[in-house]
Amino acid sequence: MAKMSKSPWVLHYDAASCNGCDIEVLACLTPVYDAERFGVINTGDPKHADIFLITGGINEQCKDVVKQLYDQMPNPKVVVAVGICACSGGVFKETYNILGGADQVVPVDVYVPGCAARPESIIDGIVKAIGILDEKKAALKEGRLDEYEAAHCKKKQQEVEA
Amino acid sequence: MTDGEIKVVTPDTLLGEAMKIHDQGWRLVQICARALKDGAGNEITYSFGDDLIMAHLRLTLPCEEHVTSISHIFQTAYFYENEMHDLFGVQVDMMTVDFKGNFYKIGAETPFKK
Amino acid sequence: MSTRSIVPFGPQHPVLPEPIHLDLVIEDEKIVEAIPSIGFVHRGLESLVNKREFTEYVYVAERICGICSFLHGASYCDAVERVMQIELPGRAKYLRTIWAEMSRIHSHLLWLGLLADAFGFESLFMQAWRIREKVLDMLEASTGGRCIFSVNCVGGVLKDMDASMLKGFVQELDKMEIQVRAMEKTFLSDATVNNRLRGVGILTKQQAHELGATGPFMRASGINRDTRKLGYYAYGDLEFEPIISNDCDSYARCEVRIREIYQSFDLIRQAVAKIPDGDIAVPVKGNPDGESFVRVEQPRGEAVYYLKADGTKFIDRFRVRTPTFANIPAMLETLKGCDYADVPIMVLTIDPCISCTER
Repeated sequence: MAKMSKSPWVLHYDAASCNGCDIEVLACLTPVYDAERFGVINTGDPKHADIFLITGGINEQCKDVVKQLYDQMPNPKVVVAVGICACSGGVFKETYNILGGADQVVPVDVYVPGCAARPESIIDGIVKAIGILDEKKAALKEGRLDEYEAAHCKKKQQEVEA
Repeated sequence: MTDGEIKVVTPDTLLGEAMKIHDQGWRLVQICARALKDGAGNEITYSFGDDLIMAHLRLTLPCEEHVTSISHIFQTAYFYENEMHDLFGVQVDMMTVDFKGNFYKIGAETPFKK
Repeated sequence: MSTRSIVPFGPQHPVLPEPIHLDLVIEDEKIVEAIPSIGFVHRGLESLVNKREFTEYVYVAERICGICSFLHGASYCDAVERVMQIELPGRAKYLRTIWAEMSRIHSHLLWLGLLADAFGFESLFMQAWRIREKVLDMLEASTGGRCIFSVNCVGGVLKDMDASMLKGFVQELDKMEIQVRAMEKTFLSDATVNNRLRGVGILTKQQAHELGATGPFMRASGINRDTRKLGYYAYGDLEFEPIISNDCDSYARCEVRIREIYQSFDLIRQAVAKIPDGDIAVPVKGNPDGESFVRVEQPRGEAVYYLKADGTKFIDRFRVRTPTFANIPAMLETLKGCDYADVPIMVLTIDPCISCTER
């Protein structure tokens, strides 16, 4: 079987973003940056997707939507939080309706900071996500995906503490 | 009305004034609420436009009082009135479309209320 | 009699970059009614005025929306400046005008791309976005940011553009105009595009007025109104006429926006020719006390800002009525009677900006 990471399909969802990161995500796929020429395809269907790009913080109403989209994606899957709002809540963190970053509801593998995140860094984040996707695929094959996820989580926790 | 004019109304005179403005062919620009200090209620500003002129009606409403919707006069008013109800707790009666507090599905109840 | 059924549309949908949810009541293939459900992007950033000082809130105001970011920031500053009775230096007014028009070009090209995507013309989408990158390069060269610029401050702007940069921009815009004209042919003359846009989503002049529509959506229904005619910033010194069309359909909206891109090119050329020398900001002392209403013409239509300050460094109330908020009721009206397959195009022709709407 050909490697899935050669042509990762991404699903983009705007949680509670200001649009800045959303148009930059699209700018990654259109001329000038054009990640599509390498086989990265933006899909609207969560069941086709390998990488989940979340922009914006999580609010009361969209948290179930994000969770549902994540659950619908087939394994292995990687979540990328694009922009500082998706990482931590950003400038809106203190408002009454923002719960925080995307990691409040789904496990995030790659954090891409920036306001708005630049296309270069978004592409960097996707490349990183592809690496993790391969690791997860190997783990899934050997039937130890849960183990991998747990170890991955622990590693991230240590990074945060450090 | 002249550009920038703010006319003070009461809940009783609001509908009559709104009707007059509508009959002159004006459109509704926006409705905005502002919470008054120490829980004294809300100040509601109705803005109307005629080409590039904009004028306002202003209403002060104590918390427990209700105001009648102007959505029967200006169709689109229900949008602003539902927003006002959800964020400020302004009680609006007889809206053409009443979302009953589900316009914004937010965790905090009437977050702007003071 | 055929039965009615309800089809949910959104919040996550391939043509929507942003989440909005509509419950479409359909009879066979015709829409009978559309019931909106919003609030997916509601952040409550108007409440932040009580937590950020009035000089710092500019950065929050800019993040109301990433597409119309510049005008949100500038209008917030304008509202504070009116309360504090600050007169901007002439150069700052012209710089704001130039950036505002560049934002309009960027926004309209973005919309043209999304429209092309909605009717399934992928290569046209790519073309529009390719041309758009040129404006973004100019914005990045002059401000440092591609979407969110942070060049506004209360009392003026933070960055200046020198004469050689402005001259370079005008040359670049001339080249862009040739590219847009080439693309225009496909949008306005291609038979397949015409089939999808002509006669779709009629909004009559009467309806547009009653439902409070605004911006290009309204001007495509024959109402001659453009808030720039109020003469804020430097618009009072520049010559332009609102662009209108009497066709009232999706095609008219597309045409109006394309012609507005040319208008923006022209306005930037005029502004560059007339820009005065001098300071770009004036110092600000004290705290604002009073209230003001500000109206600006954003790419999507008229935005209304209300600001009330009470003499402290925190503003009491800041309210934004964005163009999409005003356009949604009119859009719901135009959806009635249209084909189910045309819904994505109909939703897009108002150029929805949901994060503006819900704030």
